[in-house]
Amino acid sequence: MRITQGTFSYLPDLSDVEIMAQIQYAIDQGWAVAVEFTDDPHPRNVLWEMWGLPMFEISDASAGMHEVTACRAAYPDHYVKVSAYDATLGRQTTALSFIASRPADEPGFRLDRQEVADRRIRYSLHAYATDRPAAARSGLNGRSAT
Amino acid sequence: MSTPASSTPASSTPASSTPASSGPTGFAMPRPGPAPAPAPAPAPGHGPAAARTGGATADRATADRATAERATPERATPERATADGAGGKTGTEASEHDALLAPGAILELADDRQARLIARILGDLDREFIGLAPVKDRVREIGALLLVDRLRGRYGLSSSRPSLHMCFTGSPGTGKTTLAARMGELLRELGYLRRGQLVSVTRDDLVGQYVGHTAPKTKEVLKRAMGGVLLIDEAYYLYRPDNERDYGQEAIEILLQFMEAHRDDLVVILAGYRSRMDVFFQSNPGMASRIGHHIEFPDFSLDELMQIAELMLEREEYLLAPAARDAFREYIGLRMRQPRFANARSMRNAIDRLRLRQARRIVASGGPIGRDDLMQLTVADVRGSRVFDDTLATPPPAGHSLDGPPAGHSLDGPPPAGDPLTALAG
Repeated sequence: MRITQGTFSYLPDLSDVEIMAQIQYAIDQGWAVAVEFTDDPHPRNVLWEMWGLPMFEISDASAGMHEVTACRAAYPDHYVKVSAYDATLGRQTTALSFIASRPADEPGFRLDRQEVADRRIRYSLHAYATDRPAAARSGLNGRSAT
Repeated sequence: MSTPASSTPASSTPASSTPASSGPTGFAMPRPGPAPAPAPAPAPGHGPAAARTGGATADRATADRATAERATPERATPERATADGAGGKTGTEASEHDALLAPGAILELADDRQARLIARILGDLDREFIGLAPVKDRVREIGALLLVDRLRGRYGLSSSRPSLHMCFTGSPGTGKTTLAARMGELLRELGYLRRGQLVSVTRDDLVGQYVGHTAPKTKEVLKRAMGGVLLIDEAYYLYRPDNERDYGQEAIEILLQFMEAHRDDLVVILAGYRSRMDVFFQSNPGMASRIGHHIEFPDFSLDELMQIAELMLEREEYLLAPAARDAFREYIGLRMRQPRFANARSMRNAIDRLRLRQARRIVASGGPIGRDDLMQLTVADVRGSRVFDDTLATPPPAGHSLDGPPAGHSLDGPPPAGDPLTALAG
């Protein structure tokens, strides 16, 4: 099941050239570009791991693309996201965020029903991608990312 | 050639046979023949390519016409842009690069937009930078190479991007940093760099203070410089041969790796004094071999220094009185022989002190002041320099009394008590 999170998620996957163009747009707006990754695509998992620090001072998209490529190489089976933070007073929030890379296999979600008191039902989403223990599914074969 | 007005269904000229159907949404190639306006008979040589194809006979291939058309991209541009439907600069450029030229096609260099651009850029460079002939030669070569590569690309010949990492060596004040800053802009205009920003760093910005600090720090700087120029001033400080555990070596390794992997995105310029740079390269052969352009900045001659000073004065909107000009020339000659002479930088400093002395003279003299007085630098201002004291016993020139305090103290020492400037400051 194809995950649709963030900007452009209903479009076909962006090519590297298109990703670079988006990064360049963010840079031109004065936003700080950051690369994030995760293997847990649950919609409520909003804080992904950060790949290095946000790039505050870059002026060309090739620098951002360099990090995206490096992150992809280290975590080939993870989702990689590019986010751009607008630090303008009054906004101070993520202005753009899109998935730049996704695993080849996206197993999707299961709906869990939990019966609680008074025959009420609680629902929750379970991502199949997180079935195995975190260490076993890490792209670094269990080594921690530094 | 048949005209649109008189064309018959059996017309043998493919491009002009269907004037009505080739509207804005038609085939992107501009019509090389007569304009589609219903003129009864086209004047000879009318239309963009008619002269060039020499009245192509009907049996010549369409490709031939395309060739002639592409040789004159400027004249074809308006038509092409509308026909593309894309409009704007990108559409035109894309269509210009799309199709390959036939092997027999001839290009006219004078018509090429980039060739003219290079000529203009080099003209600017000549105006902005006095002297520096070897440097300008190299820039000219680089510009020409980028142009030729692009033209080769249009014939489908291979054109790898040249590596443009450079090393600037020369005495202080010969314009290394200034040219490096200009180089980014220049390479952007030539289409080699995307941004052309200058990131100027020294050892402190690259080398960390503890284990594991250097790599992220260096990479951070390199990422900032991507798309532009990274200028490493006094690069030899990166390498400290006396301390084998120095982190500088780590920075150099990362730098080398980046220079190789990202040479499309980044131009690294090392700057420094010749002798120390040679030592640096001897101990880092990998660095020497990855830098293709070693450019030596020569010292300026007296005439060049005078020109530079005049250019600086002109930019700051000051005027040297004719007599002051001679005095200033004499000043440069004396200053060149003194220690710690730093070429153009010394000129900048000399001019700053000239302005100080002029300001002091004006304030001391009081009275009415016009625009010219504020611009004029007099002999007294020039002769007030300490350089004259140490070497020649020049008699105080006429008008020296205007200067107020004796010339020898007017440079860096504190102004004497009762000086108008001190009064103003208090």
